[in-house]
Amino acid sequence: MRGRGGVMFIYDVLVSPFAEFEFMRRALVGVCGLALGAAPVGVLLMLRRMSLMGDAMAHAILPGAAIGYLMSGLSLFAMTTGGLIAGFMVALTAGALARATELKEDASLAALFLVSLALGVVIVSARGNSVDLLHFLFGNVLALDNETLVLIAAVATVSLLTLALIWRPLVLESVDAGFLRSVSRSGGPAHISFLALVALNLVGGFQALGTLLAVGIMILPAVISRFWSRDLTAMTVSAAVTGIVSGYCGLLLSYHAGLPAGPAVILFAGAVYCASVLFGPCGGLLRGLVSRRHLEA
Amino acid sequence: MRRGLAALVVAAVVVVAAISAAQSQATGNGDKLNVVASFSIMRDWVAIVGGDRVEVSALVGPGGDAHVYAPTPRDARIVGAARLIVVNGLGFEGWMDRLVQASATRAPVIVASAGVVPLPPPYPPPQAGEGRVGDRFGNRPAGIDPHAWQSVRNAEIYVSNIRDGLMRADPQGRGTYEANATAYIQELARLDAEIRRAVATIPPARRKVITTHDAFGYFAADYGIAFIAAQGVSTETEASARDIARIIRATREQTIPALFFENAVDPRLVRRIAAETRARIGGTLFSDALTAPPGPAATYVDMMRHNIREIADALR
Repeated sequence: MRGRGGVMFIYDVLVSPFAEFEFMRRALVGVCGLALGAAPVGVLLMLRRMSLMGDAMAHAILPGAAIGYLMSGLSLFAMTTGGLIAGFMVALTAGALARATELKEDASLAALFLVSLALGVVIVSARGNSVDLLHFLFGNVLALDNETLVLIAAVATVSLLTLALIWRPLVLESVDAGFLRSVSRSGGPAHISFLALVALNLVGGFQALGTLLAVGIMILPAVISRFWSRDLTAMTVSAAVTGIVSGYCGLLLSYHAGLPAGPAVILFAGAVYCASVLFGPCGGLLRGLVSRRHLEA
Repeated sequence: MRRGLAALVVAAVVVVAAISAAQSQATGNGDKLNVVASFSIMRDWVAIVGGDRVEVSALVGPGGDAHVYAPTPRDARIVGAARLIVVNGLGFEGWMDRLVQASATRAPVIVASAGVVPLPPPYPPPQAGEGRVGDRFGNRPAGIDPHAWQSVRNAEIYVSNIRDGLMRADPQGRGTYEANATAYIQELARLDAEIRRAVATIPPARRKVITTHDAFGYFAADYGIAFIAAQGVSTETEASARDIARIIRATREQTIPALFFENAVDPRLVRRIAAETRARIGGTLFSDALTAPPGPAATYVDMMRHNIREIADALR
């Protein structure tokens, strides 16, 4: 009897929110799709030391999406296309500036993304009210309609298929760019397609989590996975799983504790990150202490 | 460089001209009684009762939010030039006292809601962590809902107060003000009857809506339509899954036929809630401000007609 009560309790806490409410199921499907597509991209970003690039591009999407919004309101297609173009353009411009001027790429990115963020906020405010602006900045994972879910699923599919094609050159370039250049010319096209994938995933995440948090579901799981494995495949898989688990737990947090849903998802991933920093077997703090003592002994 | 300077000079001239134009508008033409109303609904009434004898302007124009208005120096000048000031009172225009003081006006201030029986706010005060409903600066005295004009019976009191104020400020216009007010109060009585007839066409079990508007307490009390608060889905905070679940559950359990959310709530969220509850999404309700003239709520009477039509259509 008692065991049964316990089971019911667990069911009420973990399952029934999703069984009772369709918006919760939609949100869960949405974050799963996002995590599947974005996690491998995030792992590669991290390997290529471009983690902050994701952030920069996420901000860069804002003015593009905002122009789409200016032209046709809260239309998914217009906002996605605008965001995609803007994100990609900023990434390419930063690369070009880095080559043409003395400034390093990270500096040009920092400059460009701040300008884009300000520009985006100005454009949204020109037409919309504060709610639209909030929607742009933080998205709304609890109001995913069919179109948005299809977009997220399409983004995940395209990015997984494309990654399957360009995985080898990408990884090789990350590890030893000189070697890849000596054996093949696929590095350049692979890099460009990869940038496009980053923009694509951010635009997908933008609808659910907004410009400010979309990059969270991409980078946080990747960074977390690095503390648990050094193997690329294991890292990719565990990043995707971490993303999905964070999505599920974040939604539960939002449901039970009344937190805003998007930030709750990212916060949960943040908590996992803290735990990983402490306890992760690959480079975690405790592990470092233990092995040092081991050496001293 | 020279061209830039010329542009600057032109801009400065334009600004000065605009300011002096605004000034002459504010002081008005000499023979009319210059009245300032705090917001569009008060302005509508002053214009109707005052007729040709008054020149009335509203500080918060059509569509503006008088809860959170931040007065400008120009407003202080307009108030300073006015011979009569009309406000709603009940703590609605928290900024008005400071503005009246700052303008150093000696014009009498008519509190148009004087004599209305105040109701408590329709929503209990939000608990910590939930969306705040109502005004942002806490100007409103706790326990009083200021939106008394949403009851047409109260509107009759408002109009009488405005009439009395105008008569005191301009005794020669007595006859005009009395005649205008009497005619308008008759129109209000017809409006009241019209709203009651419209409510009577709704089956009693269906006379309830879920809403984010916090302005319909007096309307609800007078006409017997329940406005159930959509707590947590305010215009100022991001909704949590718990808030949305609560709204959906309440709508399902009480079989509420319609949702009336403010435009400011994410339309996708509203559609999602409607889809999960099979409630209808009601049209736009106007509560705190009239619309600019071509709009559906350009006068008080139009606003009330529009609202009851939307409510009756959604609930029938």
